[in-house]
Amino acid sequence: MHPVYNISLTRLKEFIRRPEAVFWVYFFPILMVLVLGIAFRNQTQEVFSVDVIEGPHSQMLKQHLDESLQIDATIISLEESRKRLRVGKTTLAISAADATDGRSIEYLLDPKRPGAIEARGIVDDQLQSSMGRNDVFTARQTEFDEPGGTFVDFLVPGLLGIGLMGGGMWGVGFAIVDMRIRKLLKRYMATPMRRSDFLISMILSRLVFMVPQVLLLIVVSYFVFDYRVYGNLLAVGVLVSLGALEFAAIGLVVGARARTLETASGLMNLVMLPMWTLCGAFFSYERFPEMFHPLIKLLPLTPIIDSLRGVMMEGESLFSQWPEIAVMAAWTVIPFVVAMTIFRWRD
Amino acid sequence: MSSVSAVPAIRCANLFKTYSGKPPVEAVRGISFEVRQGECFGVLGPNGAGKTTTIEILEGLRDATSGTAEVLGMQWGSDDAAIRQRIGVSLQETRLSDRLTVGEIVTLFRSFYTTGIDPDEVLQRTSLTEKKSAWFKTLSGGQKQRLAVATALVGDPDLIFLDEPTTGLDPGSRRELWDIVRSFGAAGKTVLLTTHYMEEAEQLCDRVAIFDAGKIISEGSPRELIRSLGSEHVIEFSTDRRLEPQHVVALQAISSVDRIETEDSGYRMSIGVPHVVLPELIKQLTDNNFTLTELATRSASLEDVFVAKTGRHLNDHPPVVADAANVLPG
Ligand SMILES: Nc1ncnc2c1ncn2[C@@H]1O[C@H](COP(=O)(O)OP(=O)(O)OP(=O)(O)O)[C@@H](O)[C@H]1O
Ligand SMILES: [Mg+2]
Repeated sequence: MHPVYNISLTRLKEFIRRPEAVFWVYFFPILMVLVLGIAFRNQTQEVFSVDVIEGPHSQMLKQHLDESLQIDATIISLEESRKRLRVGKTTLAISAADATDGRSIEYLLDPKRPGAIEARGIVDDQLQSSMGRNDVFTARQTEFDEPGGTFVDFLVPGLLGIGLMGGGMWGVGFAIVDMRIRKLLKRYMATPMRRSDFLISMILSRLVFMVPQVLLLIVVSYFVFDYRVYGNLLAVGVLVSLGALEFAAIGLVVGARARTLETASGLMNLVMLPMWTLCGAFFSYERFPEMFHPLIKLLPLTPIIDSLRGVMMEGESLFSQWPEIAVMAAWTVIPFVVAMTIFRWRD
Repeated sequence: MSSVSAVPAIRCANLFKTYSGKPPVEAVRGISFEVRQGECFGVLGPNGAGKTTTIEILEGLRDATSGTAEVLGMQWGSDDAAIRQRIGVSLQETRLSDRLTVGEIVTLFRSFYTTGIDPDEVLQRTSLTEKKSAWFKTLSGGQKQRLAVATALVGDPDLIFLDEPTTGLDPGSRRELWDIVRSFGAAGKTVLLTTHYMEEAEQLCDRVAIFDAGKIISEGSPRELIRSLGSEHVIEFSTDRRLEPQHVVALQAISSVDRIETEDSGYRMSIGVPHVVLPELIKQLTDNNFTLTELATRSASLEDVFVAKTGRHLNDHPPVVADAANVLPG
């Protein structure tokens, strides 16, 4: 059999015979989607708590608020409420000035805390209408519930990108350094094995490992969160393969020279840590100042996540992702050439 | 065969290797030797003598700082692919993959060579057939070494390089490995091996080169080297107290005694004829009221050659297998 077949096959066998590696590669992303998907699921009727500060009118205010199903009002002392506001147990406290007949309301909130402004709007609305405001028009609400808009839809492409990155770093970079330390690489160099066969096998086995990784994540999300891939599956396959190639090439650079596991893991963290947070895997990079966006889009992880989101969430065509694909191609070709020129084969 | 044999299996001349660093290490300082086809050639020497550096230059795994190395009539640098098809290598320290089976590892290495031996056949030659489906990490030290040799044999090479194939093995495992090397050599193929054990070199090698500090200090067949010592036997003894200088001088005067060296634990006499020396030795010691606490005679070994040349012993720690010593009652 051809060496490429044999090297790739032994790589696969070594991998599946290592249960902890299988866990990290295959089940960790699933765990992530389960935990984050449940924590950040879209809640249709969110009930939030509002503190009503003790005073002559507090009972009256509570009654008005209790008419709303969304509001959970509690009467509480000012001191106690300040504490609760500070630690985020409540987002909003209200009090009515003693002298008035309850028609001078004060809101206590931290506007920077997520949901605080929204809570104030709902509470204000509820009190105003309950205490007799005449609305100038009537309004109806039509619920918009198309697929593709939940946090899980956002998260799955992010986790796929993270998985591809980790796979390239561990499955190619770390694996090569490990072989170098064990003098196995040197031992191979004493045989007629072609260097290109070795590299092709390392990359090929990465592509094979990746298939169950992608499928498992999508299938589990489908069953647990009713997740759907909105776009073309073939396009998803092409993008995922490009991403795997990209990070295999970067993994080659990481593994090209390192002679100790410390150096290897240092380099891997240097690559992975910034991209985990910057590239929009778990939250959109739109949250960073706009001047950084062009830079973030040039990092290797951003284009794979962005293009997967484009295809999987929004059903865009593969072709429309060409800018992302171009960045990924650059991150494949350049690292590959660099790795080949600096690679330490013999020791 | 005779016409092919004209080309030496290995020829190297004036090899130098300096590892850069602070300070730089001159690991090999002018090594030249030739290995004929069909020969088993041993490189013997203490730790750090430059054995691995030299063998790795010959394997094409290191570049010499200067000097020439020719393998099977071909040059490293121009015929690399062709040389690699015809040599087999076992490095001093390779850790093969823990979770691959013996069979998978040999099959993998077989796939690198255009021609070679069937993996099952190689496993049989190295007595690993029963371990074919065992993971590498479950093998004993001796089995791991045999597997390393199996990966060297599977390409059906004309020349194998074995760097310390028996270091750390128990006597039984060591003998098993010797048998594998012998049967490879019996087919007219060439072996270059390194070892710390003079006894291994004596048993296995047609010729040896003794390395010390990056140079060859002796070269020839084990027999020639030992004969060159002049005295073919050694008496080692110790006494209840130290001998006075005049006693040593008296012992030196016994006929056929070449020299006496004082060791930590006693004395070592290089001699020609044991049956002449022994009675006289015992008589002198008894006359001077010494009690013999140990007495052994043995044939001179390559170790003695090394000691004679350098004044040091080959190993800081003696090998597990003691030299076949016939101990006489004291
Ligand atoms: N890669 C390296 N870089 C720097 N120095 C090295 C390197 N490899 C070996 N040396 C040094 O070169 C000298 C010769 O080493 P070498 O490994 O050739 O000895 P050896 O005879 O094989 O010893 P041993 O019996 O311990 O295997 C030693 O002093 C060693 O420390
Ligand atoms: Mg060595």
